[in-house]
Amino acid sequence: MSETILALDDATKTFGHGAATVYAARNISIALRTGRALALVGESGSGKTTCARLAMLEYLPNAGRVLFRGQPMQDAAAKEIAAYRRSVQMIFQDPFASLNPAQTIAYHLKRPLQLHRPEIGKAEIDATIRELLQRVKLDPDLVAPKYPHELSGGQRQRVNIARALAVKPEVIVADEPTSMLDVSVRLGVLNLLNDMKREMNLAMLYITHDIATARFVAEDIAVMYGGQIVEWGATAEVIDNPQHPYTRLLLSAVPNPDLRFEDGGSDMQPDHVDAVRNLSARTDGDLIEVSPRHFARLTAKA
Amino acid sequence: MSEPLLSVKNLTIDYIGDETDFRAVDNVSFDVAPGEVFGLAGESGCGKSTIAFAISRLHRPPALIRTGSEILLDGRDVLDLDQKELAAFRWREVAMVFQSAMNSLNPVLRVEAQFYDVLKTHLGMTKVQARERTAEMLRLVDINPDRMRDYPHQFSGGMRQRIVIAICLALGPKLVVMDEPTTALDVVVQREILQRINELRRKLGFSVLFITHDLGLMVQFCDRIGIMLGGKLVEQNTAQAIYRTPQHDYTKKLWASFPSLHGGVLA
Repeated sequence: MSETILALDDATKTFGHGAATVYAARNISIALRTGRALALVGESGSGKTTCARLAMLEYLPNAGRVLFRGQPMQDAAAKEIAAYRRSVQMIFQDPFASLNPAQTIAYHLKRPLQLHRPEIGKAEIDATIRELLQRVKLDPDLVAPKYPHELSGGQRQRVNIARALAVKPEVIVADEPTSMLDVSVRLGVLNLLNDMKREMNLAMLYITHDIATARFVAEDIAVMYGGQIVEWGATAEVIDNPQHPYTRLLLSAVPNPDLRFEDGGSDMQPDHVDAVRNLSARTDGDLIEVSPRHFARLTAKA
Repeated sequence: MSEPLLSVKNLTIDYIGDETDFRAVDNVSFDVAPGEVFGLAGESGCGKSTIAFAISRLHRPPALIRTGSEILLDGRDVLDLDQKELAAFRWREVAMVFQSAMNSLNPVLRVEAQFYDVLKTHLGMTKVQARERTAEMLRLVDINPDRMRDYPHQFSGGMRQRIVIAICLALGPKLVVMDEPTTALDVVVQREILQRINELRRKLGFSVLFITHDLGLMVQFCDRIGIMLGGKLVEQNTAQAIYRTPQHDYTKKLWASFPSLHGGVLA
């Protein structure tokens, strides 16, 4: 049975003051459960990364709570925060910027082990590094002594995953982990995340603007617009039976070779797009359960 | 078939190294007809962007176009142009939109001034004439002409990309080269922009060389597609054929790398 490890409970994060206040995340409630992935999908500026940063305690919410195993983390003691930091690990978007160019791959994996798992002795560290690299399907003899620039983007992203796994986390937050990779290596990395999630019973927050990959890794999906969740539910249900106009718009804009522009098969009217955006930006709607475990923010038509 | 607008013949480009040269483009030939959208697909390092740069002679050392290569635009070999001819040729005949084009606007100049720069240099327009043309071009890409006195940072990424496209089209080029023009944008904005470009090419009759790694998008937008691998053009056909009946193993492999929206459910 899957249990909730990390949750945002009615969390709001704003920037700026007074009339210039921007709601980067507005009343967000999400739950990350063991062995399951939640995908956050939306355009740039929709608040996905703000949610990730709230989950990482990089930002504290202005209102609402970040709950780790049911405990609010905003006012937690330093010791609890340290445990939290070990349990919640992040995989970043840019595999080129997230590794130190002056250090070997072995060093990148050794540091979190020394910091978060001091019980591991020196001899064991090398063995653990080997095991981690094998786990992400890299050859330890080949890769461990190398520097980041000697690896491809896909290999680097595997190193990032190994580094996140080094401290035996319970939660992985992956922010666009494949958007900077070549198409032919994307599926390999997504498969790896999927395997890790299952084998290690990880709870995962998967952030992407590519709704097709969300279907590939995440059991649940939340679609964001303008800092709000406009629809969420089981991934297959939301994609096959979208209820919110923005979700429908997003799905209709996914590149689809069956709908060629020349055949007029995919005509997206600018007026319609603007209307959907305006409707989706409204804050007076409520998340309504449209079918079991499938919620959409439905606003009365203006 | 009518005379091609662009004809690339036996194009070979090397990056010159200290000991060995790297062949980035290996004997590539293709034609683009007037009004046609031709796509070049492939992964990073396959040479597609090197070709895009070479067409406007914007490639820089150590890139070297080997003898025997030809790039004919309207029958004239781009590789034979001198500096003065080249300056007139760029923008006027061939315009380019880059992946991060929205960041190529000058941040300290108003949009109006960036149009004026192009229109004055190439057409000798006065400020009043340029303003009129700017308004016309902005309307084409669905941006309110009243905003021409704004600075680039006052626009969203998608709007900035549309402004760059408007500047590109201001001189009525015959060919627009687009290298991953919408990769940095989300899918809705991407669709809005490409649909608009498709309408404009119907109306204005320019050709497009469209470069991306997204095959699905390419099939939607392009008439014909070339697939590149390791500097070689390994397959070239109509968009429908590349989609329905891919011949080369690599094309098939590329198709297999895209998770499908409605199939391929989480196992």
